[in-house]
Amino acid sequence: MGYWNREMETIDRGELKKLQSERLCAMVRHVYDNVEHYRNKMKERGVTPDDIKSVDDLKLLPFCEKSDLRDTYPFGLFAVPMSEVIRLQASSGTTGKQIVVGYTQNDLDVWSEVTARAICAVGGTKDDLIHISYGYGLFTGGLGMHYGAERMKATVVPVSTGNSARQVNIIKDFGSSIICCTPSYALSLADTMDEMGISPSELKLRAGIMGAEPWSEQMRREIERRLGIKAYDIYGLTEITGPGVACECSEQSGMHINEDHFIPEIIDPETGEVLPIGQQGELVFTCITKEAFPLLRYRTRDITSLVMDECPCKRTFLKMKKPCGRTDDMLIIRGVNVFPSQVESVLLELGLTSAHYMLIVDRVNNLDTLEIMVEMTGEMFTDHVKGLEETARRISAAMASTLGLTAKVTLVDPKTIKRSEGKAVRVIDKRKI
Amino acid sequence: MIIKQISVFVENKLGKLAEIMNALHKNDINIRALSIADTKDFGILRLIVNDPEKAEAVLKESDYAVSITRVIAIVVEDRPGALAKAMNILTENGISVEYMYAFITRSENEAYVVIRVEDNQKAVDVLTGRGIRILKSEEAYNF
Repeated sequence: MGYWNREMETIDRGELKKLQSERLCAMVRHVYDNVEHYRNKMKERGVTPDDIKSVDDLKLLPFCEKSDLRDTYPFGLFAVPMSEVIRLQASSGTTGKQIVVGYTQNDLDVWSEVTARAICAVGGTKDDLIHISYGYGLFTGGLGMHYGAERMKATVVPVSTGNSARQVNIIKDFGSSIICCTPSYALSLADTMDEMGISPSELKLRAGIMGAEPWSEQMRREIERRLGIKAYDIYGLTEITGPGVACECSEQSGMHINEDHFIPEIIDPETGEVLPIGQQGELVFTCITKEAFPLLRYRTRDITSLVMDECPCKRTFLKMKKPCGRTDDMLIIRGVNVFPSQVESVLLELGLTSAHYMLIVDRVNNLDTLEIMVEMTGEMFTDHVKGLEETARRISAAMASTLGLTAKVTLVDPKTIKRSEGKAVRVIDKRKI
Repeated sequence: MIIKQISVFVENKLGKLAEIMNALHKNDINIRALSIADTKDFGILRLIVNDPEKAEAVLKESDYAVSITRVIAIVVEDRPGALAKAMNILTENGISVEYMYAFITRSENEAYVVIRVEDNQKAVDVLTGRGIRILKSEEAYNF
C-alpha cells in the first residue's frame, strides 16, 4: 500500500536521528524563550537549552503533565503570540478540566501531513470517498482526519457523529470506501445495519481508521467481520496534535509513529525512569516541529510499549502497540488494577459478541464491589434458567481469572445499556474515595 | 401436536412484565397460558399465545431476547391422580420434565398441562401409547 511521503516514512534511522536532534535543539530553544512555565521548570531542574545537543539528552528535560496544562489554562503554554494562532481545539474533557491547544498555519500543515500519511498507509488514494464520523468541532477527531483527506485530494464526506441510520444510508448511497470513527461507534453502525437489513456486501466500504478510545484485538476482528472491512488503529491526542501521531500500516501490527515530528519515550509511571524499547510503560511525547503548542516530554497516561522491527511495509518509524489502558482510567478495585478493555476481551473470547457492557464499581461496607452488566443477545438467550445461570457463571469465572477479581455478572435486557456516539462510557464508579 | 411456546428474558426490574403485556396488547395478541420462572436476577416468561410468530416478531422489535420453544401439552381429567398417571409413564420411560405448567379449560372436566421435555416425539409416543391425549396445536392457540 501507498505512502504519502515515501522519503520521510522510509528514512534511514541514522538520518532520522540527525534530523530529530536538529529539530529538538531548536524546539527546546523556542520553548525556553517563549513559555515561561516550562522555562521555570527547566531552571528548577538546572537545565538550559545549551545542555540539549541531541536526542540522547532528551532525558535531561523535565516532564510536562496534564496538571501543567491545567495550571496554565487557557493559553499559558502557547509559544507564539495569539496573532499567529489560527485555530484552537480542545480535548473532550473526560479527565477533569478541558484542555485547549492552538495551531499556527504550519502546525495545521504538519497535522494534515500526518493524517494524510495515515490514510495512505491503509491503502487510501485520491479516488477514495472518506466518510468521517468522528465529531467535528473542538474535538480533534473530525477536523484532523478531514484536513488529511483533503490534503491528499480524496473525496471527503464530513458526516460527523449521530443519526446512525442516516450514516448507513450515506455509506451505501454515496459509496463511502473508508470510514473514520471510534471502534464503539463502528459496532453501533453494525447494529444499525442489522436493524436495517443491510449487509456489508452491499457497501463499498473496505477500510476503517479507528481510534480515540481503547479497544481490543477481538473487537477489531468483530468490526472487520460485521462491516466487511479491514480496521486500522490510529493514535493521537489533542495535546500533541490530534489523530495522526501514529497509525497502522497494512500489517496491522502496531502503529508507526511519525517520528520526524514526535519523539516517543516509554517511562516507568512510578519513577519516571526511561524504559528500553519493548518494555511496557507510560508513553511520553516530545513535539519537535510544533510552533503554537509545543509540548516537551508530555506524559500521555497511555500505557503501551514500542516496537522496533523491520516492517514489511518498509517504513522505518518505530511502532507503538495499541495502548492497553490509561493510567487514569485504570480502576483499582480491591487493590487490583482493572482496565475496562480487559472485560471486553473476556466477553469476546467467550463469543458474547455484542460487546455491550457496563462496569459498576461501588463500595459496600468498605469493600469494593464490581458488577458487570452484560446485555443479553439473541444468541445467548435460552429457555432454561439453568442455561442462563450457567452463562452468567461462565462470564463471572472468566472475569475472575482475567481480572484476578470476582465480579457479579448481571444479564440485562438487550439495548438497555446506553450507546455512545463518541467515546464509550464503560464504567460507573459510585465509590467516594 | 407440537406447540410453539414463546420464551422471553425478563430483567428483574419494576414494570418489565407490564411493558411486555402492553406490547402484546397493542398488537392484539391473546395469551392462552403462561408461567414465569424466576431467579434472584432475572426471570423467564413462558407464554402460549394465539399467534406465536407474530408475538415473537413483536417482542423482538421491542428489543426483548425471545425464542420459540417447542413443547407439548397433554389433556388430563380434572381429578386426583390423573396427572400422576402421566408422570409415572414418563418416569418409567426415563423422560425428564424440565418444567411444566397447567391450565384448566373452559369446558369439560379437563385440564391441559404444558410439558417441556428434551425429546417431544418420544414423550408423545409413550403417552399416547398409554391412552393419554396430546393437545393439538390449534386447540392450544384457539381453545
